Amino acid sequence: MAKESLVKIAQLSCGSEYSGIQKEIDTAASIVDAEIFFPEISIEEVRNVEEDFGFKVASPDLKLMMARAKAIVEGKTMADAVLIASCFRCAEGALVRNEIRRYIYANSKIPVISYSFTERTTSATLLTRLEALTTTARRRSLLAREHQEGLTAGIDSGSTTTKAVIMKDDEIIGTGWVSTIKVVESANEALDKALVEAGITRDEIQAIGVTGYGRFLLSDEFNADLVQEEITVNSKGAVYLANSQLGPATVIDIGGMDNKAIAVQDGIPGMFTMGGICAGASGRFLEMTAKRLGVDITELGDLAVKGMQEKVEMNSYCIVFGIQSLVNSLAKGSAQEDVAAAACYSVVEQVFEQQLQEIDVKEPLIMVGGSSLIEGVPKAMEELLKIKVTVPPQSQYIGAVGAALLVSGFIDK
Amino acid sequence: MVKVFIYPSNSLILSDLIDRFGHEPLAVMREVGKKIRTAGLDSPPINITPEDPKIGLKYAAVEVPSGVRGRMALLGPLLEEAEAAVIVMEPDIGFGCMGCARTNELVNFLVRTKDIPILELDYPRTEENAKAFVHMIHDFLDGLGKGDE
Repeated sequence: MAKESLVKIAQLSCGSEYSGIQKEIDTAASIVDAEIFFPEISIEEVRNVEEDFGFKVASPDLKLMMARAKAIVEGKTMADAVLIASCFRCAEGALVRNEIRRYIYANSKIPVISYSFTERTTSATLLTRLEALTTTARRRSLLAREHQEGLTAGIDSGSTTTKAVIMKDDEIIGTGWVSTIKVVESANEALDKALVEAGITRDEIQAIGVTGYGRFLLSDEFNADLVQEEITVNSKGAVYLANSQLGPATVIDIGGMDNKAIAVQDGIPGMFTMGGICAGASGRFLEMTAKRLGVDITELGDLAVKGMQEKVEMNSYCIVFGIQSLVNSLAKGSAQEDVAAAACYSVVEQVFEQQLQEIDVKEPLIMVGGSSLIEGVPKAMEELLKIKVTVPPQSQYIGAVGAALLVSGFIDK
Repeated sequence: MVKVFIYPSNSLILSDLIDRFGHEPLAVMREVGKKIRTAGLDSPPINITPEDPKIGLKYAAVEVPSGVRGRMALLGPLLEEAEAAVIVMEPDIGFGCMGCARTNELVNFLVRTKDIPILELDYPRTEENAKAFVHMIHDFLDGLGKGDE
């Protein structure tokens, strides 16, 4: 990765040092050319913070977190970005983490991410999150780009599928979509398809942007002008395609391996979460359900909107036990439509319970990625959140579109 | 000399008092010091590693936050060694603290389950109380005798 300007990330945390993961946080930060620091505050500020902040807590380290957050918002400490972290399964920590995140988001323009860790948290787990955080801090002007200019390509190397788009002067003129088998070969195949559809050659492309899991490999292969994680790229692609570039928006991407929930303001991500511990909350569960029902994944959505999820008993979120529940339901005579609806609802319910609590959901809510095309998924989300869900056109190409859009800012360079 | 567990476990004042009155303070600084002074590959030495919360499983189950278990990996061995304890209730943050209320609750419970002499004191908020506080600690430590030595 090329050396970039140093981003100073203020760490507001409780328990990270005692969990033995501070080194992991520091390592992930150094990979993205960032530096972790702990804001200096006086002991008086810690003593008074409960009164000032209005939240009485039992743990002194949480008071310290609140006092540090206050120092950042009041400008006593200069930070480019904020990482808020507390132990997984600590209720008091989770409450404070959420309120601090809201407080910083509402009272400053500093990008913030929150995370609950265990002793198993590694730098690799944190890398994409910190990359997105530093990008938001470092490249605000790039992320503010509202129009695509020139002739650019975007490639999104996802865990399940690889997508490519060619864009010319704010229009998508070619798309390619293939299963991800070998990262580089699949990307070449997707790009070639997009080039054929666009009727151009590779030489004509003025800039290439790459994103997704395979982005680092693709960076070398295509000599990419922009190598960017999915959070910033997807949120940019989502608000662009949904025509919601100004004002607030919420972007949800249920991917093949992990999910992203991003609160966006004027096209720039402010708060976001990435989930990915359980496959039962991912597109993989929907794929397995489609396979068990004997339908193509593209047909699962049609089935689901005709079914009623309430008719199927789902006893577990786990991908293994979840599929078992569905198989049991089929054995008891449940309709395929109801099973499809239950699968979609189960995935969305997990995203709702585990991730959407971590961000402030604001309309429009934009669902993107391949799973958004499974109609039962946005329908289930509408049922749970009681708000209208927008699925923009070409939503499956969201990452590639975001990359093609953002990389057009590099053409003159 | 009696091994005296202190709470807050990182209180320099308490640790110093125990030492001055002729006993061995069981303070968390000693455990952290061991980690820093033990030769290893990491430079600078790492105080706590991801292995510590696993050691902490001896005192708190896996569903307990890793920060509590990591703290218990330091405090647990001290508790096991303790022959007496001095506990200061609701201390000021500047007097010493382990940061985590759940750890505090567990440590305070575990120390009370041990059949050892315990002195529980309120944190002194006035000069007069502070003098009485030191006297009470002195009298308690004096009454411990010389231990097994």
